[in-house]
Amino acid sequence: MLHFIQTLISGLSLGSIYALIALGYTMVYGIAKMLNFAHGDVIMIGAYAGIVTVMSLGLPPVIAIILSIVICAVLGMLIEFLAYKPLRSAPSLSVLITAIGVSYFLQNIALLIFGSQQRAYPTIADFPTYNIGGIQIDGITILTLAVTAVIMIALTLFINKTKLGKAMRAVSEDKAAASLMGISVNRTITMTFAIGSALAAFASIFYGMTYVYIKPTTGAMPGIKAFTAAVFGGIGSIPGAMLGGILLGLIEQFSKTYISTLWADAIVFGVLVVVLVVKPTGLLGKQMSEKV
Amino acid sequence: MGKILEVNDLHVYYGSIHAVKGVSFEVNEGEIVTLIGANGAGKSTTLNTISGILHARSGSVTFEGKDLHGIAPHNIVRQGLAQVPEGRRIFLQMTVEENLEMGAYTQSNASIAPGLADAYARFPRLKERRKQIAGTLSGGEQQMLAMGRALMSKPKLLMLDEPSMGLAPILVEQIFDIIRELNEAGTTILLVEQNAQAALSVAHRAYVLETGNIVLSGTGAELMASDAVQKAYLGG
Repeated sequence: MLHFIQTLISGLSLGSIYALIALGYTMVYGIAKMLNFAHGDVIMIGAYAGIVTVMSLGLPPVIAIILSIVICAVLGMLIEFLAYKPLRSAPSLSVLITAIGVSYFLQNIALLIFGSQQRAYPTIADFPTYNIGGIQIDGITILTLAVTAVIMIALTLFINKTKLGKAMRAVSEDKAAASLMGISVNRTITMTFAIGSALAAFASIFYGMTYVYIKPTTGAMPGIKAFTAAVFGGIGSIPGAMLGGILLGLIEQFSKTYISTLWADAIVFGVLVVVLVVKPTGLLGKQMSEKV
Repeated sequence: MGKILEVNDLHVYYGSIHAVKGVSFEVNEGEIVTLIGANGAGKSTTLNTISGILHARSGSVTFEGKDLHGIAPHNIVRQGLAQVPEGRRIFLQMTVEENLEMGAYTQSNASIAPGLADAYARFPRLKERRKQIAGTLSGGEQQMLAMGRALMSKPKLLMLDEPSMGLAPILVEQIFDIIRELNEAGTTILLVEQNAQAALSVAHRAYVLETGNIVLSGTGAELMASDAVQKAYLGG
């Protein structure tokens, strides 16, 4: 039983990281109707930003965290402006290939600057390990869960209650109609990239603190997993990305504990295949009727 | 009674298709003007060019003396020119009230509550359904929502693209009554319709569009009586 609860908690923690990344995929897909495959690499840049600001510049952790978030948000907007905006009316395949190109570009920039050696993410704070009734819980795990929960509630309120959040939903439904309301579609897309990338920065902090070692390809695997989580939950759906991320983390962690570490990824993707066969729009995805 | 909108020698292409071929017309303040014509005549293309969604190859659109060339659609709304698009295009996954709030996107936060009160006074049905997801409304209710949404931006000129499309005759009558009321309350209206009978009965002036050209113009009553219009559009 202890083992089970322990696995549940670490699964939730891993799932929270996936969910934070998946939100970026799903928001960008919902609004710009594109898969931003460079999104995973934004996490890697965020992690390096943490390393440089704390280790090399010696800034206090809080400042370093804020800087990582700002750097990722600006990077997200920059990627959108330079790489995707010129392709707004291009075929979606061109945009997809560009996104893959941006992903490799970011990885190689990091390789050029930081080298291929992995670097250790700084200890931002010393977290005690709690022992509750025989269950060992890491302080980082608790922080990850708490902050992710707060972010998800804040994001849900933002999307449903604020003017900009509602405008984002309007743009994701119908760009031309939204522009007839006086909503700037370009500005809304830029904001979406900024928010998605800021969430990736949070993911990079938790990822760095949990897994410590960072290299230029660090973002690739969590990026693919989070993309899977977004599809799993129903791409374009914000609650879907949250649910998909958490479930994916749980499935992965339980597979590792009870079945096999080697088989964990195969099981994760196997579950995805089954879900998509049964419900092609994902768990919370809406039936999309393509209007001609 | 000054000119509020002037369209001059407008040419619009869809790729290589010349959809609007030198259309010129004007709308005076306080009028209901209608563009009638068959499907594919270039009516919607003309409206979408005025709204800035499509771009003219040549010609000009002047609103209140200001050339709209190169102004983005979201800034054209701010000038006081709103469009109720063809097929209504309401935000189906948002609630009725959220749709209306989006219509007020250009307005100050303080003016949203009075704006909603006005919209609900005009369309009591929308008030009953304010928390409902817009996609669950009937066709007539969706058209009312689309009109209410456009009115939230307090337009000086309201352009309506085929408001009668797909509606039962009784609802068409209701929609045209509302158009007349809005006009009497001071909103200038540019109406695009295939339903020539209904459009000509409310319009002060009308233009007939055929394959991208204006072929006839006159008052609503004149065109209603014209042989050419009778034959082509009114089944006479």
